[in-house]
Amino acid sequence: MSVLVYTESEKGNFKKSAFEAVSYAYEVARQLGETVTAVAINAGDASPLGTYGASKVLHISNDQLSNFNAYAYATAIAAAATLENAKTIIVSSSADSKYLSGILAAKLNAGYVPNVVAAPESTAPFKVKRTAFSNKGFAHTEITADTKIIGVSNNAFGIVENATTAEVSDFAPDLTDGDFGTKSLEVDKVVGKATIADADVVVSAGRGLKGPENWGMVEELADILGAATACSKPVSDLGWRPHGEHVGQTGKPVASNLYIAIGISGAIQHLAGVSASKTKVVINNDPEAPFFKAADYGVVGDAFEVVPKLIEKLKEFKAQNA
Amino acid sequence: MKILVCISNVPDTTSKINFTDGDTKFDTNGVQFVINPNDEFGLTRAMWFKEKQGAAVHVATVGGAQTEPTIRKALAIGADEAIRINAEPTDGFFVARQLAEVAKNGGYDLVIAGRESIDYNGGMVPGILATLLGMNFVNTCIGLEIDGSNATAIREIDGGKETIGTSLPLVIGGQKGLVEESDLRIPNMRGIMMARKKALNVVEPIDAPSMTADSSFEKPAAKGPVKLVDASNIDELVNLLHNEAKVI
Repeated sequence: MSVLVYTESEKGNFKKSAFEAVSYAYEVARQLGETVTAVAINAGDASPLGTYGASKVLHISNDQLSNFNAYAYATAIAAAATLENAKTIIVSSSADSKYLSGILAAKLNAGYVPNVVAAPESTAPFKVKRTAFSNKGFAHTEITADTKIIGVSNNAFGIVENATTAEVSDFAPDLTDGDFGTKSLEVDKVVGKATIADADVVVSAGRGLKGPENWGMVEELADILGAATACSKPVSDLGWRPHGEHVGQTGKPVASNLYIAIGISGAIQHLAGVSASKTKVVINNDPEAPFFKAADYGVVGDAFEVVPKLIEKLKEFKAQNA
Repeated sequence: MKILVCISNVPDTTSKINFTDGDTKFDTNGVQFVINPNDEFGLTRAMWFKEKQGAAVHVATVGGAQTEPTIRKALAIGADEAIRINAEPTDGFFVARQLAEVAKNGGYDLVIAGRESIDYNGGMVPGILATLLGMNFVNTCIGLEIDGSNATAIREIDGGKETIGTSLPLVIGGQKGLVEESDLRIPNMRGIMMARKKALNVVEPIDAPSMTADSSFEKPAAKGPVKLVDASNIDELVNLLHNEAKVI
């Protein structure tokens, strides 16, 4: 038997979260005494998956799947699970993976647990730790169903090398018209910029910036750090920034290595959404702002003075460490 | 057009989270319950379809009698009828099976659920529901237009958005962006009075298994004190991020 892992790619390149999912699958397989089979769709060279522990790759090349389609992708993954007799399936926490996981769970009559942050605590019973209450807590969840789907949180288990040779074979699952009831008409995506889901660093700003015209320095700071930009809820509600940048309980969660909050006071909903970030820096002129209690490093000061200075110092740092 | 909006009864977003019974249960003491925000965006969009396109809007929830104030609020906002499936929601699969039964019997063209509840964050109900019902499905939906049986939906993707063409019957997983925050409605007195006369039908659950069980909960570990850096000494911040936190 094998542990099946769905490895996401974009324009022929695997996403970082795919390598983390394979690393996780390898650990689950180790605990179960099984091996890892990856399923990849239009992925180009699939051999890098071996680096993280996949011993087999089922590679699907299909022009019908060049755009993500949740039903069709779920049908393909379910077919791979049947072929491999896989009872444990690992997926990532991307928007696409979360989209297809409910469908996959229904198709396979499986128990699905998303937002898993650590290796299984036990395999009999099968128990995992996941975030709950929008990152205000954790749950230890038992998957009682025979077939199990685990959605791995970004940047929690980490990417681990388990050098294995991946044997790649072509796989052509049967797809029907019923799998294509939705059609992608247009994708509007910023290219060449880190996304909140994938970024190692996220630079976020709040109402303390006084207006959308002042975001230039936030963008500049993000550029230097290779970071994604984000914002607080009031800022997106006011229309200063797009909804897609809103991080927090009702927005996107952040699990970056570094999160820099500028002029964000730190409402409980915001702090919940960013709590999975490893290092948090707050810049705020109010020393009583609740964010100081949740941050690792803090600067009490005017953002319009501190941020330009930080940009200048980071440029110097980059020049020295280039 | 007949719309079903699935509603989860969740702690208000400002709630502090605590656990009880040896950390095996969520402590509801002193917690205010509300319509799950992701569902409320969907309900508000459904109200738009009701007012502009003459849709009938029903709401459904899976829960005990204690969830009725939340579902009455949905009626006060403008839903025409409510259904409460009288069972504790044990997991997403169980909830989706119950809602699928109601949706199948009601002959709905559009079923709206939130992309996830903000308490247990299972995120699977709309996807399972769509698959069980054999309906088209768009998740993380931030825009929806319907013209006859054709639907155009916008979904949020990582780093952008995607426009999707599809058709009814359709299930969507709604979220912020589906309507503007300023479009959300607070029930007025007239709405509250009218909601008292609307049907709230209680139905018994069908037999369905749960696939998962939360055995215990914990809160995140307490954070150490923040290290303050003087605003005139930003070199030190760069130094700490590089040498101590090792994140740059």
